[in-house]
Amino acid sequence: MEAEPQAIQAPLLRISALTKRFGGFTALDNVSVDIRPGERFGLIGPNGSGKTTLINCISGAFRTEPGTVTFRDEDITRLQPHMRTRRGIARSFQIPRPFRSMTVAENLMVGLDFAADTSVIVSEAQRREAMMSILTRMGLASKANVSANQLSQVELRKMELARAMATHPKLLISDEAMAGLSSSEVDEVLDLLMSLAGQDITIIMIEHIMQAVMRFSDRVMCLEAGRIIAIGTPDEVMANQRVQEAYLGT
Amino acid sequence: MKRTGIYFWTGAALFLGAALLMTQVIGNQYPFFAGYVILQFIVLAVAWSILGGYAGYVNFGTAAFFGIGVYTSVFLFKATGAPLPVQIAAAAAIGALMGFALGLLTLRMQGIFFSIATIAATIIIETAITNWRYVGGAAGIQLQRPAVTAPFDNYVEMLFFVQAMLVVLAVAISRYIQRSWMGRGLQALKDDELAAECTGVPTLRLKLMACVISGALMCAAGAPGAMYLQYADPSSAFNLNYSVSTLAMSLIGGTAHWAGPVIGAIVLGTTQQLLTVTISSEVNVLVLGVMLVLFVVAAPEGIIGLVRKVRRKRNEGEG
Repeated sequence: MEAEPQAIQAPLLRISALTKRFGGFTALDNVSVDIRPGERFGLIGPNGSGKTTLINCISGAFRTEPGTVTFRDEDITRLQPHMRTRRGIARSFQIPRPFRSMTVAENLMVGLDFAADTSVIVSEAQRREAMMSILTRMGLASKANVSANQLSQVELRKMELARAMATHPKLLISDEAMAGLSSSEVDEVLDLLMSLAGQDITIIMIEHIMQAVMRFSDRVMCLEAGRIIAIGTPDEVMANQRVQEAYLGT
Repeated sequence: MKRTGIYFWTGAALFLGAALLMTQVIGNQYPFFAGYVILQFIVLAVAWSILGGYAGYVNFGTAAFFGIGVYTSVFLFKATGAPLPVQIAAAAAIGALMGFALGLLTLRMQGIFFSIATIAATIIIETAITNWRYVGGAAGIQLQRPAVTAPFDNYVEMLFFVQAMLVVLAVAISRYIQRSWMGRGLQALKDDELAAECTGVPTLRLKLMACVISGALMCAAGAPGAMYLQYADPSSAFNLNYSVSTLAMSLIGGTAHWAGPVIGAIVLGTTQQLLTVTISSEVNVLVLGVMLVLFVVAAPEGIIGLVRKVRRKRNEGEG
């Protein structure tokens, strides 16, 4: 019973009975899951299964009707996205959404201006220092003064993660940060995410690239048509009959 | 950073000094009469671009704010005989409230829907004023200027200087916003509102703040207008021309920097004044349209954008 000691620990994020409908279409149907602090959580499922919708409900882009989202023992179901970001939920986007009129450094400064940890970072100099240290960690230091418009795909992905890191997240949600990258780039981003995860930062990773999810995750959840069809260790989920059916379409 | 601040405030002081000196030296009234209009458009364009430029929310309701500024003065002057500074301060306060109300009602709409809502607001407000007898209704109202205060010996000269002070105020506020966290937040939400929210930017609150500040300045710019013309009527105070000219000046100057609308208003405002005198007041509307089309096609970032492009090219050439 390996799960026992973790179960005692309060979850970082608790999603209870979450349902999201768009008109007559039910994108998420009664989804409940707990994410533990420090966990590396993989979220998989075929296209249209509700992965990004779930992320949007967690980050606040969508309002949910029934269901609640609890983060660090606080009900955040009704909070606007920026309030959630300030409480420690950061995300990247499936299709990168940089601030195109800004440089890479300025993109990060937005996060540092509005959601930095004010107990540590007070002055402008400290903000700049924090920005450079994040960029260095992400391997983007040389791109600090480059316009976000001129970045390559992999650099954009990294910059989105860097911008998310600037808001000092407790929970980082990576929405297909590796889509469309070459295999060496996938490894690069995966290593980055691995290095970010740890005692302070919990990561939810949505990904289609199976090897990446398998390598990365402590636990994997598979959605299909808005419902959880499997949740467990990567091996357990991969062995699950319904997951195989959902992916292979048999 | 600090040095640019010194330059800026020195420039502002020189500008005000020159304006004051003009009122003392030049005897002819016409330069002040024309200059007042240009200064007024600088305030309007700078104020407009706080919401329209920094946040990217195109406001077609400049005329509504301007007109309310005019009529705040009319009402206060008729009811209490309030002096000019009180008229302007009251107009700014009402403009701020109006910006807040309009923002609250419309800023949840994005893009073109917000613009349409601001046009609708202009029409509603104009209709309300047209039907308000106390301030003259549709026929308008005549106003008798009070005695002028020293050191000025003419009311228009004084209004010219007052409007020059409003220019400095508006530019200082716009410059502060651009360089502060607020400017960064507005720029972020202009680029991508959802991404800004998810990076911690309180987008609705920032847009509301921009709308309040912008509205207050536009109303303040309109307030001296009643005394300038000694007359006010709804169809000229709420003339759509104010909305269109202001927008054109901001876009032609460029909205990425606080200096853009200043340059745009000087260039377009001066052109318009010259055309009004030399050809006709109808032609300047045509010229406005042509210039706007030319800039949208050839220099969508405005004059500021052109300057930046040239500078970048030169730097690359050197590198």
